[in-house]
Amino acid sequence: MIKPEETMNTAHLDEPLVQVDDLVVGFGKQFVLNGISFSLSRGQTLAIIGESGCGKTVLLKSLIGLIQPTAGCVQLAGTDISTISNHALADLRTRTGFVFQQAALFDSMTVRENINFPLSFNETDDDDIEERSHQLLTELGLDPSISDCYPGELSGGMRKRVGMARALMMRPELLLYDEPTTGLDPIVSDVINELILRTRINHFVTSIIVTHDMKTVRKTADRVMMLFPSNQLSEGENQVIFDGPPSELDRTDDRRVQQFVRGDAGDRIAVSTNANSFTNGEWK
Amino acid sequence: MASGTVRTSNSNSRPSVLVRGADALYGLGNFTVFCCKSIRSLTTEGVQRGTLLPAAYQIGVQSLPVMALTGLFIGMVLAVQSYFQFHQLGMENRMGAMINLTLVRELGPVLAATMLAGRIGSAIAAELGTMRVSEQIDAIDSMGISPLRYLVVPRVAACLLLVPALTIVADLVGVAGGYLYSSLALNIDAAQYFYNSKEYVTGFDLATGIIKSVFFGLSIGLISCYHGFHCRVGARGVGRAATASFVSAFVIILLLDLLLGIALDAIYFQLNPGGNSFL
Repeated sequence: MIKPEETMNTAHLDEPLVQVDDLVVGFGKQFVLNGISFSLSRGQTLAIIGESGCGKTVLLKSLIGLIQPTAGCVQLAGTDISTISNHALADLRTRTGFVFQQAALFDSMTVRENINFPLSFNETDDDDIEERSHQLLTELGLDPSISDCYPGELSGGMRKRVGMARALMMRPELLLYDEPTTGLDPIVSDVINELILRTRINHFVTSIIVTHDMKTVRKTADRVMMLFPSNQLSEGENQVIFDGPPSELDRTDDRRVQQFVRGDAGDRIAVSTNANSFTNGEWK
Repeated sequence: MASGTVRTSNSNSRPSVLVRGADALYGLGNFTVFCCKSIRSLTTEGVQRGTLLPAAYQIGVQSLPVMALTGLFIGMVLAVQSYFQFHQLGMENRMGAMINLTLVRELGPVLAATMLAGRIGSAIAAELGTMRVSEQIDAIDSMGISPLRYLVVPRVAACLLLVPALTIVADLVGVAGGYLYSSLALNIDAAQYFYNSKEYVTGFDLATGIIKSVFFGLSIGLISCYHGFHCRVGARGVGRAATASFVSAFVIILLLDLLLGIALDAIYFQLNPGGNSFL
């Protein structure tokens, strides 16, 4: 039985939808996230960028309790997710959507079954579920005739869109995207970016997008936050090395941010002074 | 059991006995928590609508042919192996009692469970392991649906119900196999064969085998789901989960067989102080 005080508090719509305070996530002796704090207002889109392994996906999963934090607090609409019961957390999760990096569609189910899955255990009428899934497929630019296909028969872009449709099925207030354009060609990536924008307008969702794609950041985000790997920081240094609008990314003086935005290898590859070099058509 | 601690030392160096012991204890603790949660979910929330039948079909119906074949060969092999000894004592007419008693009390349940641990236990571990590494389990969790209730409970319930049922099938086919080989190949009198079986194989013997198979079924379900759920990343992780599932289930089946054998024998001798021997 869910206690009323444990469910998502919707009375204060002006307070941040997401509030993270001093979040620490570690695995054994390794700390992936070290004292992350931020808040996100309703309707905003936040992009989280950073090098591979800096903990972006871990942060995203921690926001809905898929990964338990070592310390710190995550509040969704004023509800501290670490203090509520499993049932209340499950109830809270029905009001969020998660678009996974590889879509995480169920291989043994058809597209229709995948999209209908979140509602199939509710009391919702089957006809209403069918109508909503059909509407979402059309809205996301997919031909409803693919409903009977299996995920293995779809392209990467189609799988991502089916994943988005599944996440939108529950009418979420918060949508979390884990690298939505990774592995897609530039055109399909742009289609996904457009769909992220449209979804935000049509469904008035608050979004957090974890990405490496600067085009996605510039096109979809109101605000961008860059994380730096915690194991490369000096003691006491903040893991969030940039937090501001995307337009500020090019103006910042931080060398690490500039390097990421430009995509420079810089000094990351240690080159031996005795290494062979390719000069005038031959190795020396 | 899968280890849960993260080693930060050089991965090439072999961990000390102490570290491996701590890992094993951690794994055992994790497994116990997993079992308690699964059984609590099964008993308090029940099976999620629409999930039991597919699991039962995969575990029960698809295992029928291989179980029948296993039972048939156990019965026939028992006849082959025991004939020489019984013939020397001039007691070949009592072979039925020995074959059927061994079949229903011991070899039927144990070999059926071993076969099922290989066939369905590994399949469950590989399936759930693949779902874990491809984030499908996280996806279920993120929708507010309990992966334990959706994935584990129906599989454990199906194992609990159908491993005993499949054991009964293996026993029946084994009885038929033993009889057919004895009567057709060894020319043992059918009436004597069944008279002796009826005399010495009691309802308690049948119950012993079925009680054992209930525990074996529960173990196979829980162990395979645990290994699938705690699968490590990559194809190697899935392979290891499937192997670990079979090996752990096999060891637990043998251990449970010993413990249940002792316990059930104690109960039997409490009920029948004189015992019963077919020799």
